[in-house]
Amino acid sequence: MLVTILDVVIAGLLLGGIYALIAVGLSLQYGVARVLNIAHGEFIMLGAFATWMLYTMFGINPLVSLVICGPVVFLIGFFLHKTLFRSLLNSSVSLDVFESKSLLASFGLLFIIQNVAILVWGADIEGYSYLAFGVNLGGAIFAANRLVTLLFAVVIGAAFYLFLTRTRLGKGIRAAAQDPGTAGLMGVNINHVLALCFGFGALMAGFAGGLLSMCYPIQATMGLEYTIIAIIVVVLGGLGSIPGSFIGGFILGLIGSIVTYIEPSLALVAYYVIFILLLLAKPTGILGK
Amino acid sequence: MDITELTSKRSLVSGSIILIILILLATVSLYSPGYTVVLLSAILMYIILTVSWVIFSGPTGYISLAPAAFFGVGIYTSAILGKALPLPIVISIGGLASFCLGLLVGALTLRLRGIYFAIFTFGLVELIKHLLLFWELHVTGTRGRFVMVVDYNTIYYLMLIIFVLLLLTAYLIRHSKYGLALQSIGQNEDAAAHTGINVTMVKVITFAISAFFMGAAGAIMATKWTYIDPYIAFNPFFSFMPVLMAIFGGMGQLYGPVIGAAIFTYLEEFLITRLPELYMLIFGTILVIAILYLPDGLVGLIQKLWNRISVRKHAYT
Amino acid sequence: MPILEGKGVTKYFGGLAAVSNVDFNVEQGEALGLIGPNGAGKTTLFNLISAALTPKSGTIRFKGENITGLSPCKICRMGVARTFQMVKVFPDMPVLNNVVLGSYFGMSPSMSSADAVREATALLEFVGLSAMKAIPAKDLTLANQKRLEVARALATNPELLLLDEMMAGLNPAELAQAMELVTRIRDKGITIFMIEHVMKAIMNACERIIVLHHGAKLAEGTPQEIATSKTVIKVYLGERTHAGS
Repeated sequence: MLVTILDVVIAGLLLGGIYALIAVGLSLQYGVARVLNIAHGEFIMLGAFATWMLYTMFGINPLVSLVICGPVVFLIGFFLHKTLFRSLLNSSVSLDVFESKSLLASFGLLFIIQNVAILVWGADIEGYSYLAFGVNLGGAIFAANRLVTLLFAVVIGAAFYLFLTRTRLGKGIRAAAQDPGTAGLMGVNINHVLALCFGFGALMAGFAGGLLSMCYPIQATMGLEYTIIAIIVVVLGGLGSIPGSFIGGFILGLIGSIVTYIEPSLALVAYYVIFILLLLAKPTGILGK
Repeated sequence: MDITELTSKRSLVSGSIILIILILLATVSLYSPGYTVVLLSAILMYIILTVSWVIFSGPTGYISLAPAAFFGVGIYTSAILGKALPLPIVISIGGLASFCLGLLVGALTLRLRGIYFAIFTFGLVELIKHLLLFWELHVTGTRGRFVMVVDYNTIYYLMLIIFVLLLLTAYLIRHSKYGLALQSIGQNEDAAAHTGINVTMVKVITFAISAFFMGAAGAIMATKWTYIDPYIAFNPFFSFMPVLMAIFGGMGQLYGPVIGAAIFTYLEEFLITRLPELYMLIFGTILVIAILYLPDGLVGLIQKLWNRISVRKHAYT
Repeated sequence: MPILEGKGVTKYFGGLAAVSNVDFNVEQGEALGLIGPNGAGKTTLFNLISAALTPKSGTIRFKGENITGLSPCKICRMGVARTFQMVKVFPDMPVLNNVVLGSYFGMSPSMSSADAVREATALLEFVGLSAMKAIPAKDLTLANQKRLEVARALATNPELLLLDEMMAGLNPAELAQAMELVTRIRDKGITIFMIEHVMKAIMNACERIIVLHHGAKLAEGTPQEIATSKTVIKVYLGERTHAGS
């Protein structure tokens, strides 16, 4: 019985690590750059497929791939913001209008990126095996790759937290998240910061995708579900709160693990129930303003 | 009620044009090859989805990504009830089921900021799909359903009827005080509430009305597919296309979405046969370009050009 | 009986008390002024009355009925209308449509559409905007937009009108017109509760004035009493040479 509980809890943490990463990514994009990027899952998919391709074609270690694919996905996100979203920002009369337009634009991006991925890699399910051996933890067996994923998720999260709190650029980002106008007046290069945040959000997605590809099979259409999960975590943690998204990710991961233990196919439904409860009781989420 | 009263001559002209088009549409099976009816049914389906979408999301600015969900509900209603009940009743129930779902979703999310509405509707398609998969796996033990077959002409005429009802509804809403209220909600919701408008009620009911027509369309189109399962019925593509068509066509006038739907349905038919692996890429790119450079859609662009031409004309007189 | 009564009205934003235990009465037919330094809580108080915000504690009664916690549209239909400090017109709509919305929805029972249009047109005449009735509201000057807001508020057939800094940003000619409009509104029998920073306007238009400071009521009295009150002068009006213009 205790083993089962431990089993479920650790499985929840493993899942939660991924959720936390993708949620922090989306939170950066929405909380700071005010873009609700519903193509977020497609960036996860890109990271996953790029890692898979590098491993199966060139034998590059997936963990090493993180360092290669991450920056590439970052640049794609950065470039997208500098061009597309900057343009939308300039042509929007209010923040609400910008939020709508950028949401719709990311909807278009979703289909574009998915189509490109299918063109390059095909629509089939792919996968590879890496660190697939079992590790014994307190009587329960967990796949090494999933433990490594959790480790990396926590390390990346911690590193990013340090970045946000200790570095000048990080503080600029936090200032921009709270009040872009004043931050701009205080000397923060807002245009740059917004694009960087969007890029970092994509970076998180790329990392998550790479880590995911180690543990699960991947498919060009995998993105949508992860986007929805990221959105629910962001709402749970509080729209606009980056630490909230991180914590929320683990909470939802635990819930997901529990539900999967009882009835595997209802995980997303359970997440949506949480979403509905939030909307009814506290839409601003756990740490939201 | 609208201060820009159409002169009676103009409304007579547009009225007759619409009447002529409707007569042509109603008699098309008499003078056209069978395929035209099929194509027109598809066009009508997209017009219904798009115009329904515009009825709510146009004036209020609340972006709904749920058309696929309501469409799917209609499809499944048809699949479940189609063999037991006559088609017109099935269509009504499909519309009604979507209407109720719309009321539910609206009541839940439309009290809050628009972003919650957008993201809830975005995930709704996946949610219902998962629920149905669970249901079919554990409760009914089947996967997917077979739908009774209906001939193409019947499908076409039913779509035409829904299309006409929808256009009438859209016109009546737009030119009533509720249409004005919807616009005011989109332009300044706080002020609208303080002017005595029950904004939540107006939003929820309008959203539900738009859902009704999407569901009805789904119930009819299901008969075209013979076999459906949750993946076929609940496809985000049917949320994407209405949005693309509305934005490209332009939401200012009612005929903007109609034109957008007609263009893209035809384009879709064309591309699916010639470039099936590229059409999502093309459509996605067109959407992004339209958001960037066609803020008022094609209709808005044409109107701007027309104004510029007529100003030039008057400048010379 | 006062037409509007507030007892112990309190509102917190985070840890800050924006409005702190404020009592107020507005008598039927009077013009009551609300002044105080920026951040004193004046607009917040209006937001609490019109239900744009809900108070943490306290009650607000309109004509004896408790309106705390009702929705803005309900309160509007009961007979309380307001204008906004940051003008909130419907920018892309013609001026007439802005006002006719008030006629359509702001009253219970509601009017027929022909009556509503007639009423709205008459109100445009009343505020002096008849010439602009087809112009989109966003193309109006600020002064005209403020008048449009007033017309829209009046279209909801209010018994109490809350005016939030109606005179701000107006030049002397526009100011005189605005003050004259307030008089004509009072002649219709409508009670007025107004926030102002323009001292000349409020001292002349109002019979009584309430002064807020840091969310609490600092003073209450006639314009004369307020203008000579040492506490008010110290906190807000400044030395006599600076008081008003």
